[in-house]
Amino acid sequence: MKKDILKVAGKILKSRLIVGTGKYKSFSETAKAVKASGADMVTVAVRRVNILDKKKPILTDYLNPKKIIFLPNTAGCFNSAEALRTLRLAREMGGWKLVKLEVLGDKKTLYPNMIETIKTTKILAKEGFKVMVYCTDDPLLAKKLEENGASAIMPLASPIGSGLGIQNKINISLIIKQSKVPVIVDAGIGTASDATIAMELGCDGVLINSAIANAKKPALMAKAFKDAVISGRNSFLAGRMSKHYFASASSPIKGLI
Amino acid sequence: MAKIQLNGKKLIIKLRYSLFDLLKKYKLTDKKIAIELNGEIVPKVFYKKKILKNNDKVEIVHFIGGG
Repeated sequence: MKKDILKVAGKILKSRLIVGTGKYKSFSETAKAVKASGADMVTVAVRRVNILDKKKPILTDYLNPKKIIFLPNTAGCFNSAEALRTLRLAREMGGWKLVKLEVLGDKKTLYPNMIETIKTTKILAKEGFKVMVYCTDDPLLAKKLEENGASAIMPLASPIGSGLGIQNKINISLIIKQSKVPVIVDAGIGTASDATIAMELGCDGVLINSAIANAKKPALMAKAFKDAVISGRNSFLAGRMSKHYFASASSPIKGLI
Repeated sequence: MAKIQLNGKKLIIKLRYSLFDLLKKYKLTDKKIAIELNGEIVPKVFYKKKILKNNDKVEIVHFIGGG
Protein backbone atom coordinates (compact mmCIF):
# COMPACT_ATOMS: atom_id res chain seq x y z
CA MET A 1 0.00 0.00 0.00
CA LYS A 2 1.19 3.49 -0.81
CA LYS A 3 2.23 5.38 2.29
CA ASP A 4 -0.36 7.92 3.32
CA ILE A 5 1.54 11.15 3.77
CA LEU A 6 0.64 14.82 3.78
CA LYS A 7 2.74 17.03 1.57
CA VAL A 8 2.38 20.82 1.71
CA ALA A 9 4.45 22.87 -0.74
CA GLY A 10 6.90 19.97 -1.07
CA LYS A 11 7.28 19.56 2.69
CA ILE A 12 6.34 16.17 4.10
CA LEU A 13 4.37 16.26 7.33
CA LYS A 14 4.21 13.06 9.36
CA SER A 15 1.23 14.29 11.32
CA ARG A 16 -1.98 15.63 9.82
CA LEU A 17 -2.51 17.67 12.96
CA ILE A 18 -1.06 21.18 12.99
CA VAL A 19 -1.30 23.04 16.28
CA GLY A 20 -1.32 26.69 17.28
CA THR A 21 0.81 28.01 20.12
CA GLY A 22 -1.40 30.85 21.37
CA LYS A 23 -3.60 31.15 24.48
CA TYR A 24 -1.57 28.82 26.74
CA LYS A 25 -1.02 29.72 30.39
CA SER A 26 2.74 29.23 30.11
CA PHE A 27 5.42 28.27 27.61
CA SER A 28 6.02 24.99 29.42
CA GLU A 29 2.33 24.14 28.97
CA THR A 30 2.63 25.03 25.28
CA ALA A 31 5.65 22.78 24.87
CA LYS A 32 3.99 19.85 26.65
CA ALA A 33 0.83 20.14 24.55
CA VAL A 34 2.80 20.41 21.30
CA LYS A 35 4.78 17.30 22.23
CA ALA A 36 1.63 15.34 23.14
CA SER A 37 -0.05 16.37 19.87
CA GLY A 38 2.67 14.73 17.80
CA ALA A 39 2.43 17.66 15.38
CA ASP A 40 5.47 18.51 13.31
CA MET A 41 4.21 21.96 12.41
CA VAL A 42 3.11 24.78 14.73
CA THR A 43 1.73 28.21 13.95
CA VAL A 44 3.42 31.26 15.47
CA ALA A 45 2.73 34.99 15.43
CA VAL A 46 5.12 37.86 14.71
CA ARG A 47 5.21 40.59 17.36
CA ARG A 48 7.49 43.24 18.86
CA VAL A 49 10.25 42.01 21.17
CA ASN A 50 9.60 43.04 24.78
CA ILE A 51 12.43 45.52 25.30
CA LEU A 52 11.40 46.40 28.84
CA ASP A 53 12.07 42.93 30.24
CA LYS A 54 15.16 41.30 28.78
CA LYS A 55 14.98 38.28 31.06
CA LYS A 56 11.42 37.24 30.25
CA PRO A 57 11.34 33.80 28.60
CA ILE A 58 10.43 33.64 24.92
CA LEU A 59 8.72 31.01 22.79
CA THR A 60 11.91 29.83 21.11
CA ASP A 61 13.35 28.96 24.54
CA TYR A 62 10.68 26.23 24.65
CA LEU A 63 10.08 25.28 21.02
CA ASN A 64 13.07 24.75 18.77
CA PRO A 65 12.46 25.88 15.17
CA LYS A 66 15.11 23.39 14.09
CA LYS A 67 13.08 20.50 15.46
CA ILE A 68 9.56 21.61 14.63
CA ILE A 69 8.34 23.52 11.59
CA PHE A 70 7.32 27.08 12.46
CA LEU A 71 4.45 28.36 10.36
CA PRO A 72 4.40 32.16 10.78
CA ASN A 73 0.92 33.65 10.64
CA THR A 74 -0.55 37.10 10.05
CA ALA A 75 -2.99 37.02 12.95
CA GLY A 76 -4.31 40.47 13.75
CA CYS A 77 -3.77 41.82 10.23
CA PHE A 78 -6.80 43.51 8.71
CA ASN A 79 -5.42 44.44 5.30
CA SER A 80 -2.99 43.33 2.66
CA ALA A 81 -0.23 45.82 3.58
CA GLU A 82 -0.13 44.66 7.22
CA ALA A 83 -0.08 41.00 6.23
CA LEU A 84 2.70 41.51 3.67
CA ARG A 85 4.80 43.46 6.18
CA THR A 86 4.41 40.71 8.78
CA LEU A 87 5.32 37.85 6.46
CA ARG A 88 8.28 39.64 4.90
CA LEU A 89 9.63 40.15 8.44
CA ALA A 90 8.99 36.48 9.21
CA ARG A 91 10.94 35.49 6.11
CA GLU A 92 13.84 37.71 7.19
CA MET A 93 13.88 36.07 10.61
CA GLY A 94 15.00 32.73 9.31
CA GLY A 95 14.13 32.21 5.71
CA TRP A 96 10.56 31.09 6.30
CA LYS A 97 8.83 30.80 2.96
CA LEU A 98 6.01 28.55 4.08
CA VAL A 99 3.55 30.85 5.82
CA LYS A 100 -0.03 31.08 6.94
CA LEU A 101 -1.97 34.02 5.56
CA GLU A 102 -5.01 35.34 7.31
CA VAL A 103 -6.46 38.74 6.51
CA LEU A 104 -9.31 39.47 8.85
CA GLY A 105 -12.34 41.49 7.94
CA ASP A 106 -14.36 41.87 11.11
CA LYS A 107 -13.25 42.29 14.73
CA LYS A 108 -16.21 40.47 16.25
CA THR A 109 -16.33 37.36 14.06
CA LEU A 110 -12.68 37.43 12.88
CA TYR A 111 -14.16 36.41 9.55
CA PRO A 112 -11.60 36.59 6.75
CA ASN A 113 -11.70 39.44 4.25
CA MET A 114 -11.52 37.34 1.11
CA ILE A 115 -10.96 40.23 -1.29
CA GLU A 116 -7.80 41.26 0.55
CA THR A 117 -6.87 37.61 1.11
CA ILE A 118 -6.95 36.73 -2.59
CA LYS A 119 -5.02 39.88 -3.51
CA THR A 120 -2.35 39.14 -0.89
CA THR A 121 -2.05 35.47 -1.84
CA LYS A 122 -1.23 36.50 -5.40
CA ILE A 123 1.49 38.94 -4.31
CA LEU A 124 3.06 36.48 -1.86
CA ALA A 125 3.08 33.64 -4.39
CA LYS A 126 4.85 35.95 -6.87
CA GLU A 127 7.46 36.79 -4.20
CA GLY A 128 8.20 33.08 -3.79
CA PHE A 129 6.25 32.45 -0.62
CA LYS A 130 4.38 29.17 -0.14
CA VAL A 131 1.10 30.34 1.25
CA MET A 132 -1.35 28.35 3.32
CA VAL A 133 -4.48 30.45 3.33
CA TYR A 134 -7.14 30.84 6.01
CA CYS A 135 -10.43 31.41 4.21
CA THR A 136 -14.20 31.19 4.26
CA ASP A 137 -15.85 27.91 3.30
CA ASP A 138 -17.06 29.30 -0.05
CA PRO A 139 -15.98 26.81 -2.76
CA LEU A 140 -15.79 29.51 -5.42
CA LEU A 141 -13.43 31.70 -3.41
CA ALA A 142 -11.39 28.66 -2.42
CA LYS A 143 -10.91 27.90 -6.10
CA LYS A 144 -9.83 31.52 -6.69
CA LEU A 145 -7.17 31.13 -3.99
CA GLU A 146 -5.82 28.03 -5.68
CA GLU A 147 -5.73 29.82 -9.03
CA ASN A 148 -3.77 32.63 -7.40
CA GLY A 149 -1.08 30.30 -6.09
CA ALA A 150 -2.17 29.11 -2.64
CA SER A 151 -0.21 26.08 -1.41
CA ALA A 152 -3.01 24.96 0.90
CA ILE A 153 -6.63 25.97 1.38
CA MET A 154 -7.63 26.40 5.01
CA PRO A 155 -11.36 26.97 5.34
CA LEU A 156 -12.84 27.77 8.72
CA ALA A 157 -15.07 25.22 10.44
CA SER A 158 -16.65 28.12 12.36
CA PRO A 159 -15.29 31.44 13.75
CA ILE A 160 -11.79 31.46 15.27
CA GLY A 161 -11.81 30.37 18.90
CA SER A 162 -15.57 29.71 18.91
CA GLY A 163 -15.37 25.94 19.43
CA LEU A 164 -18.58 25.53 17.40
CA GLY A 165 -17.19 22.74 15.22
CA ILE A 166 -17.90 22.23 11.51
CA GLN A 167 -20.96 24.25 10.58
CA ASN A 168 -21.07 23.54 6.88
CA LYS A 169 -19.96 20.03 6.02
CA ILE A 170 -21.31 20.33 2.48
CA ASN A 171 -19.15 23.33 1.65
CA ILE A 172 -16.06 21.76 3.19
CA SER A 173 -16.73 18.61 1.13
CA LEU A 174 -17.15 20.64 -2.05
CA ILE A 175 -13.83 22.38 -1.42
CA ILE A 176 -12.10 19.03 -0.78
CA LYS A 177 -13.49 17.55 -4.00
CA GLN A 178 -12.39 20.43 -6.21
CA SER A 179 -8.97 21.23 -4.70
CA LYS A 180 -5.65 20.02 -6.06
CA VAL A 181 -3.73 21.44 -3.08
CA PRO A 182 -4.20 20.18 0.50
CA VAL A 183 -7.33 21.29 2.35
CA ILE A 184 -6.80 21.86 6.06
CA VAL A 185 -9.69 22.85 8.28
CA ASP A 186 -8.61 25.81 10.35
CA ALA A 187 -10.48 27.54 13.16
CA GLY A 188 -13.61 26.72 15.10
CA ILE A 189 -12.93 23.09 16.01
CA GLY A 190 -14.16 22.57 19.59
CA THR A 191 -13.30 19.04 20.55
CA ALA A 192 -11.56 15.91 19.31
CA SER A 193 -14.63 14.43 17.59
CA ASP A 194 -14.95 17.59 15.45
CA ALA A 195 -11.47 16.85 14.09
CA THR A 196 -12.49 13.26 13.33
CA ILE A 197 -15.50 14.55 11.39
CA ALA A 198 -13.25 16.90 9.39
CA MET A 199 -10.88 14.06 8.57
CA GLU A 200 -13.76 11.72 7.65
CA LEU A 201 -14.95 14.30 5.16
CA GLY A 202 -11.58 13.87 3.48
CA CYS A 203 -9.66 16.88 4.75
CA ASP A 204 -5.90 16.55 4.44
CA GLY A 205 -5.38 17.91 7.93
CA VAL A 206 -6.69 20.12 10.72
CA LEU A 207 -5.24 23.11 12.53
CA ILE A 208 -6.15 23.36 16.21
CA ASN A 209 -5.32 25.98 18.81
CA SER A 210 -8.10 27.06 21.21
CA ALA A 211 -9.61 23.57 21.60
CA ILE A 212 -6.32 22.35 23.04
CA ALA A 213 -5.09 25.50 24.80
CA ASN A 214 -8.45 26.17 26.47
CA ALA A 215 -8.99 22.58 27.63
CA LYS A 216 -8.66 21.92 31.36
CA LYS A 217 -5.76 19.57 30.60
CA PRO A 218 -4.19 20.84 27.37
CA ALA A 219 -1.61 18.05 26.99
CA LEU A 220 -4.28 15.36 27.38
CA MET A 221 -6.53 17.13 24.88
CA ALA A 222 -3.59 17.36 22.49
CA LYS A 223 -3.23 13.58 22.71
CA ALA A 224 -6.99 13.21 22.13
CA PHE A 225 -6.67 15.30 18.95
CA LYS A 226 -3.71 13.27 17.77
CA ASP A 227 -5.76 10.08 18.06
CA ALA A 228 -8.90 11.73 16.64
CA VAL A 229 -7.09 12.86 13.50
CA ILE A 230 -5.54 9.42 12.95
CA SER A 231 -8.95 7.80 13.51
CA GLY A 232 -10.72 10.15 11.14
CA ARG A 233 -8.11 9.67 8.45
CA ASN A 234 -8.25 5.87 8.72
CA SER A 235 -12.03 6.00 8.65
CA PHE A 236 -11.92 8.13 5.48
CA LEU A 237 -9.42 5.80 3.81
CA ALA A 238 -11.41 2.72 4.84
CA GLY A 239 -14.55 4.11 3.21
CA ARG A 240 -17.71 4.15 5.29
CA MET A 241 -20.67 1.89 4.61
CA SER A 242 -23.67 3.32 2.81
CA LYS A 243 -26.69 4.58 4.74
CA HIS A 244 -30.07 2.79 4.59
CA TYR A 245 -33.49 3.68 5.91
CA PHE A 246 -34.26 0.19 7.26
CA ALA A 247 -32.42 -2.33 9.38
CA SER A 248 -30.18 -5.03 8.05
CA ALA A 249 -29.61 -7.89 10.50
CA SER A 250 -26.00 -8.56 11.42
CA SER A 251 -26.59 -12.24 12.22
CA PRO A 252 -27.54 -14.66 9.42
CA ILE A 253 -31.13 -15.96 9.22
CA LYS A 254 -29.99 -19.39 7.95
CA GLY A 255 -29.95 -22.02 10.70
CA LEU A 256 -32.29 -20.04 12.92
CA ILE A 257 -33.92 -22.38 15.49
CA MET B 1 23.93 61.12 21.31
CA ALA B 2 20.90 60.36 19.20
CA LYS B 3 17.24 59.98 20.00
CA ILE B 4 15.54 57.02 18.39
CA GLN B 5 12.32 55.13 18.77
CA LEU B 6 12.57 51.41 19.50
CA ASN B 7 9.38 49.35 19.36
CA GLY B 8 7.37 52.47 20.03
CA LYS B 9 9.50 53.59 23.02
CA LYS B 10 11.88 56.56 23.06
CA LEU B 11 15.52 55.66 23.53
CA ILE B 12 18.75 57.70 23.74
CA ILE B 13 21.81 56.06 22.26
CA LYS B 14 25.48 56.92 21.90
CA LEU B 15 26.99 58.25 18.72
CA ARG B 16 28.05 55.71 16.11
CA TYR B 17 25.68 53.13 17.55
CA SER B 18 24.84 50.33 15.14
CA LEU B 19 21.85 48.01 14.94
CA PHE B 20 24.20 45.29 16.14
CA ASP B 21 25.05 47.39 19.24
CA LEU B 22 21.34 47.70 19.87
CA LEU B 23 20.87 43.94 19.63
CA LYS B 24 23.77 43.42 22.04
CA LYS B 25 22.18 45.81 24.54
CA TYR B 26 19.01 43.72 24.58
CA LYS B 27 20.82 40.35 24.40
CA LEU B 28 19.22 39.54 21.06
CA THR B 29 22.26 38.82 18.91
CA ASP B 30 21.69 35.06 18.92
CA LYS B 31 17.88 35.19 18.82
CA LYS B 32 15.53 34.68 15.89
CA ILE B 33 14.56 38.28 15.20
CA ALA B 34 13.99 40.63 12.29
CA ILE B 35 14.54 44.39 12.16
CA GLU B 36 12.65 47.11 10.38
CA LEU B 37 14.34 50.52 10.17
CA ASN B 38 12.06 53.38 9.19
CA GLY B 39 9.65 50.94 7.57
CA GLU B 40 12.27 48.98 5.62
CA ILE B 41 13.47 45.50 6.51
CA VAL B 42 17.21 45.43 7.18
CA PRO B 43 18.95 42.22 6.03
CA LYS B 44 21.06 40.58 8.77
CA VAL B 45 24.36 41.24 6.97
CA PHE B 46 23.88 44.99 7.44
CA TYR B 47 23.33 44.99 11.23
CA LYS B 48 26.94 45.98 11.98
CA LYS B 49 27.19 48.55 9.22
CA LYS B 50 23.91 50.31 9.86
CA ILE B 51 24.56 53.28 12.19
CA LEU B 52 21.50 54.76 13.86
CA LYS B 53 20.61 58.40 13.25
CA ASN B 54 18.48 60.88 15.15
CA ASN B 55 14.72 60.17 14.86
CA ASP B 56 15.22 56.67 13.44
CA LYS B 57 12.32 54.34 14.04
CA VAL B 58 13.38 50.77 14.79
CA GLU B 59 11.12 47.77 15.13
CA ILE B 60 12.56 44.48 16.38
CA VAL B 61 10.18 41.54 16.09
CA HIS B 62 10.27 37.87 17.01
CA PHE B 63 7.93 34.88 17.12
CA ILE B 64 5.42 34.53 19.89
CA GLY B 65 2.64 32.02 20.49
CA GLY B 66 -0.20 32.29 18.02
CA GLY B 67 -2.87 30.28 16.24
